Amino acid sequence: MSDYKQEPVVGKAGDVTTKDGGKSWFYTDVVKDHFFNPRNFMHEDANPDDYNAIGKVGSPACGDELRVWMKVDPATEKVLDFRWKTFGCGSAIASTSMASLMVTENGGMTLSEARTIKPQHIMDRLGGLPARKFHCSVLCDKALRDAINDFYRRTEQVEKMVVEASRIIDPVSKVTDHDIEEAVLDGAHTIEAVQAKTKVGIGNPSVLPAVEELIRFYREKYFGA
Amino acid sequence: MRNVYLDHAATTPLDSRVLEAMLPYMKESFGNPSSFHSVGKDGKDAIDDARDAMSKILHVRADELLFTSGGTESDNMAVLGFCRANAVHGKHLIVTSFEHHAVIEAAMHLEKKEGFEVTYLSPDHDGMITVDQVMAAIRPDTILVSVMYANNEIGTIQPIGEIGNAIQKHRASGNKVPGNPALPVFHTDACQATGALDLDVEKLHVDMMTINGSKMYGPKGVGALYVRRGLKLQPLQFGGSQERGIRPGTENVSGIIGMAKALEIAQGERVAESARLTVLRDALIAGIRARIPKVRLNGHATKRLPNNVNISFMDIEGEAFILYLDASGIYASTGSACTSTTLDPSHVILALGLPYEVAHGSVRFSLGHSTTDADIEYVLNTIPPLVEKLRALSPVCVDPKYYV
Repeated sequence: MSDYKQEPVVGKAGDVTTKDGGKSWFYTDVVKDHFFNPRNFMHEDANPDDYNAIGKVGSPACGDELRVWMKVDPATEKVLDFRWKTFGCGSAIASTSMASLMVTENGGMTLSEARTIKPQHIMDRLGGLPARKFHCSVLCDKALRDAINDFYRRTEQVEKMVVEASRIIDPVSKVTDHDIEEAVLDGAHTIEAVQAKTKVGIGNPSVLPAVEELIRFYREKYFGA
Repeated sequence: MRNVYLDHAATTPLDSRVLEAMLPYMKESFGNPSSFHSVGKDGKDAIDDARDAMSKILHVRADELLFTSGGTESDNMAVLGFCRANAVHGKHLIVTSFEHHAVIEAAMHLEKKEGFEVTYLSPDHDGMITVDQVMAAIRPDTILVSVMYANNEIGTIQPIGEIGNAIQKHRASGNKVPGNPALPVFHTDACQATGALDLDVEKLHVDMMTINGSKMYGPKGVGALYVRRGLKLQPLQFGGSQERGIRPGTENVSGIIGMAKALEIAQGERVAESARLTVLRDALIAGIRARIPKVRLNGHATKRLPNNVNISFMDIEGEAFILYLDASGIYASTGSACTSTTLDPSHVILALGLPYEVAHGSVRFSLGHSTTDADIEYVLNTIPPLVEKLRALSPVCVDPKYYV
């Protein structure tokens, strides 16, 4: 989905507040439901060997870490089971829970379908997220693509692995040059502003010089300054 | 479900005695203290009385108290106002790395935009600053030292009196240039200390001190800065001649009345209230430690405010935990990045030399007047299953070597 273009994100149902039976809360009712009753999380006693693909994104240092375990039917390439664990805030937990539902409902998505899931799709199903939460806490699509590649690696179908078109700048947060380009286009023209949108380099400051260079590059490209 | 408010370090409810004192100045005595008629004079008299009352409690002169809009403005005034007015005498200041943002961001602004140099003192693993550490950082061009009295997140109490004393001795031993102020001057942010600690400026040996109303059962939007007579500050805003022109703007009359009343009550009750809260605090800390594995108390165990409990729960993220607590009627706060507008976790926990994971999982319970034994018991019974549930969701397992 290289043609995919991210729309500016606006927190729906009120930024960080939504009405819940007259009492306002920080997230929508769907988010709340998934946060307090997470679906498909990896139980303590589950056996990782029952799954044939795993994926990972983030680190606790940057505030969110997500691991997923996936069971794929090798014949149909449908996702039979999808389990996860998340260290993160309310919206990180809820968005992962929702994503797990999306890939497994109605008999399960095929891997090529699952690969097209974007943060926006997850957010739409959640009824919206606060704007400042969107960039940093919806990570499941990345972990999912990581797991899809892992499945093809394990089944020796290397030709089906998709290397992300963009280049990963920060291997910890898996922020790419494309993410930084989007952030600059979104009005983030300083390293602080880009970090506020993408989390790049949080907990991994060694990548910051490269990020600054990219910000300068994209600023010059789009804004001539 | 119980409602247990444990966020008194964020803000406190208004004491009904304070409200009582404020009400007349929101109704019949509404005059502008600058007006030259009886209605205005009522307001002016009330402010003068409040200033007198507060200055007696703090052991300062009435004209050494500056009324502001709160702790942030007082801190900004102390850092920006003082440094700008005294830049000709030196452009170096010393702050701790775990000051409130109102001090630290102001210092960083001077550093980035106005050519000052700033030394950031790191607290030790327990959140303490030593006198020697401060004195070793003083240079000939140091004009300001700012160390908070009690930290807002981890509650550690700094030896302000000893630091102030050492700075005074240092000044006395130096070659003072006639006409120049004796430098450096010493500021402390005492916002968190008002309900628990001695605010006698003579004992603290400070030259400037920040307090505010909303942390001591007073109103929000009002604060004060003690400024020793003779110190020059550059105003941050311009207008009329209120507060000697240093802080112009029509006075927040009811707020000032309320703050004075709140200070009187807080300082009058602080010894008994501190004794009561210390017992509850220690019960909460001991209870959490006994019932939940993999926790860390942030900040010194005893040199801390009697109402402050700051604990990192390993492997879980603070915002998620706070929301689970909220659903159980427990209102606390976290140093996790996710509840702030930046993506960095608490600079206070990081300043202790702890890793990001520990900061993300830190939760502050701050007790207050309303807190009872039954509240603490409720919290202790409620949180273990919540922690267990979130840990079951978490892929993280922080090694004890990083937080013990």
